[in-house]
Amino acid sequence: MNTPVPVGPVPTPESGVEPGRGRVRFVLARLRLMWRSFRNGWGIFMDSRIGMLSLFTIIAFALMAAAHPILMAFVWDPATYDPVTGYSFDQVEQPAPPSWKHPLGTDPLGRDVLSQLLYSTRSEFVLGITAALVTVGIATFVGAVAAYYGRLLDAFFMRLADLIIALPAISLLIVLSALFHLNLFYLALIIGVLGGFGGTAIILKSQALSIKVKPFIEAARVAGGGHFHIIFVHIIPHLLPLALLYMMFTVTSAIFAEAVLSFLGLLDIRMSWGIMIHTANTGGYLLGGTRYWWLIVPAGASITLLCSAFYLAGRALDEVVNPRLRRRND
Amino acid sequence: MESASNTPETPDTRAAGSNASDGEPLVAVHGLTKLFPVDGGPFRKPSSFIHAVDDVSFQLGHGESLGLVGESGCGKTTVGKLLVKLFEPSGGEILFRFTDAPAVSSAEAPWDAAAIRGRLLRSFRRRVQMIFQDPYESMNPRRTIYDIISEPLSVQGMGDVQYRVDRVLEILTLVGLTPAGAFLFRHPHELSGGQRQRVAIARALVIRPSFVVADEPTSMLDVSSRAGVMSLMQNLATEMGVAYLYVTHDLAVARYMCNRIAVMYLGKVVELAETEELLRNPLHPYTKALLSAVPVVDPGRRRLAPDIRGDLATPIDPPSRCRFYERCPAATEHCLNHPHPPMEEKSPGHFVACYEV
Ligand SMILES: Nc1ncnc2c1ncn2[C@@H]1O[C@H](COP(=O)(O)OP(=O)(O)OP(=O)(O)O)[C@@H](O)[C@H]1O
Ligand code: SF4
Ligand SMILES: [Mg+2]
Repeated sequence: MNTPVPVGPVPTPESGVEPGRGRVRFVLARLRLMWRSFRNGWGIFMDSRIGMLSLFTIIAFALMAAAHPILMAFVWDPATYDPVTGYSFDQVEQPAPPSWKHPLGTDPLGRDVLSQLLYSTRSEFVLGITAALVTVGIATFVGAVAAYYGRLLDAFFMRLADLIIALPAISLLIVLSALFHLNLFYLALIIGVLGGFGGTAIILKSQALSIKVKPFIEAARVAGGGHFHIIFVHIIPHLLPLALLYMMFTVTSAIFAEAVLSFLGLLDIRMSWGIMIHTANTGGYLLGGTRYWWLIVPAGASITLLCSAFYLAGRALDEVVNPRLRRRND
Repeated sequence: MESASNTPETPDTRAAGSNASDGEPLVAVHGLTKLFPVDGGPFRKPSSFIHAVDDVSFQLGHGESLGLVGESGCGKTTVGKLLVKLFEPSGGEILFRFTDAPAVSSAEAPWDAAAIRGRLLRSFRRRVQMIFQDPYESMNPRRTIYDIISEPLSVQGMGDVQYRVDRVLEILTLVGLTPAGAFLFRHPHELSGGQRQRVAIARALVIRPSFVVADEPTSMLDVSSRAGVMSLMQNLATEMGVAYLYVTHDLAVARYMCNRIAVMYLGKVVELAETEELLRNPLHPYTKALLSAVPVVDPGRRRLAPDIRGDLATPIDPPSRCRFYERCPAATEHCLNHPHPPMEEKSPGHFVACYEV
C-alpha cells in the first residue's frame, strides 16, 4: 500500500543474530524489565504498614472464600450446613448461640452462620472485582478518548459524568432494583457502568489531559503514530496505575452498595452479608440489642473489614503510583 | 563557542554538490503565518493573537541545511512544527518535492502540506522527521530506548522485530551510544542529557528521512561532545542526503552546520544569506547586534559593542511597523510610518528586510 522507502538493507532472516534466538532474548529482556518495575513498586508498597495489613486482610478473606467449597465437600453435611437450604435439627431453639457444632451459631431459620459468612465472601469478591473491572475499563477508555479528542466528545462525556454524579447512586439503585430483578451480576454491571461513566472517568480524563500535552505525544505523531497508537500506547499506559487505584475504591463501594440493597431486601441473591443482616432484621432480632450478636457482628464486621481493607490498600497503592506522596527515606 | 571552527569540514565543502540538485527546492515556504489565540475559549472569539510566525518565506534545497537563528521566543520552534505538520498554519503554504516520492496528482506536482492527510500523511512521516528541543519531555518515560527509536519503524510497519532491532543497533552505534546492546532496554531517565539527545537524533534518523527539523539538537551537550554530534549529523547528512532545518540560537553552531542562515526576529525572517556571506557582511541591524554578541576569534578584528537597546518586545498583536523598531539603533521616521519592510535581495542570494540598508 505504501511506497517502499530505501531503509538500510532489505530485511532478511539472516540479518544480525540467529533468527530464533534473537527474539527469545528480546522477549526475555522485556520480561526482566517488567519484573524489575514490579519489584520496585512492590518495595514501596511493602514499606506501608497499613498497605500490608490491608493486603493480609484481603488474603484472609480470599482464603475464607476458598475454604467454603472445601468444607462443604469434605467436612460439612450439606443437609445441615448449606447456607440457604440447610437446617440444624439438633438445636432446641432457633437462632441458637455459638456452639462446637456451629461456631457462629445459627440464624432464625436454623442455618449455620459461619457457612453463610464463608459462602457470601466469594460473592462479595466476585461482585467487587467485576464492578471494579467494568468501572476501570470504561473510565480508562472514556477518559483517554475524551481527553484526546476533546471538543464535542469531551463535552458529551463530561456532562454525562456530571449527571451521574448528581444522581444519588444508592437511591438510583433502589429504584432500579424495584423495577428489575437485580442479581449479583447485574448489580456489578450497574455499579461498574455508573462508576465508569461517572466520577472515575473525570479523574482519569484529567490525568489523560496532562499526558496529552506532553512533547512525547508530538514526537509519536511525527514518528507516524495514528490516533489509535497514541491513545493505546502513549496515553492509556500512563492511566493504568491510577486506574488500579480506583479499582480498589470501586470494590469498596460495590460491596457497600450490595450490603445496603440486600439489607433493604431488594436484591435477587441467594446469600450475602447484606442478606444475613436483612434476615436478622426481618425477624426483629436487631431490636434485641447485643443478645443476638452472632446474627449481626460476623456479617457487619466482614463488610467493614473488607471494605476498609480495599480502601486502605488503594491508599497505599496511591503512594506507589504517585511519587509526590512518597516519603523520602533515602 | 568557536570550537566548531577548528574541525575539518565546513559547510562550504559540501555546499557545492548539495544546493540545487535539480533546481527545484525540497521545501518551499511562502508567506507562512501562525497565530496563537491569547484569550477566548470554546464559546468566545479570541480578541488578540500571538504572532508566533508572521509571513515567513524561504526555500530549502535537497541535502541542504538551513540555519534558523534568533533569540528565545522568536518563533523558531513554531516554524519547525509547522514544517512537520504538528501545527496547521494560519496562513501561507508549504510545498515539498521529494525526489523518491510518488507524485500526488501529476508527475511534477509538489506535495502541498495542507493537503497531506490520511495515507499521504503516513508517507510524509517517512520522509520528514523532527529532533525535539527538549530531550527529557519528548520521550515517553515508560518506554525503553528500543521502543523509542524503533517507533517510526514499528508504527509504519517496516520489517519484523529482528529487522528493527538491527536498525536500532546500527543507528545507536552511529550516534555514538556504544555498546549499542547495552542501551536497548534502558529507560530515558537512566541516560544523561547528552545521551538522550543522541537518542533523539537516532529516533529522527532511523527511518532515513529526506528532511529533518533539528530543534537545538545539541543544546544539552557540553562543548566537546557537541562538536562530535554536529559532525555526526553532517556525516549522516552527506551519507543519507538528509536536508536539515537547523534551529539554534548559537551562531557558531549555525556557522558550522549550515549552508545558509535565516535570522528570525519576533516571528519575521529579517535576513537570509549564505553562511559566510551573512557572517562577513551582515546587513540587518539585528544581525549585526547578534554577531557583535558572539566572541570573535580573530584578535585583529575589533568587536563592536552590542548596539541594541531594550528587551524583546512581545509578539502579541504587534503594531504593523518594523518589528525591530523599538530596539533598532538605525531606526528613522520612515520606519515608524511604514509597514514592516519586505524582504529584498540586496546581492545575489542575500535577502534582508530593512529600509535603511
Ligand atoms: N502551542 C502554543 N500555544 C500558544 N502559544 C505558543 C505555542 N507554541 C509557541 N507559542 C508562542 O509562540 C511564540 C514563539 O514560540 P517558539 O516556541 O516558536 O519560540 P522559539 O524561538 O522556539 O524559542 P526558544 O528558543 O525559547 O525555544 C512564543 O511567544 C510562544 O509563547
Ligand atoms: S526597517 Fe528601520 S527599524 Fe526596521 S530594522 Fe531597518 S532601520 Fe531598523
Ligand atoms: Mg524553541
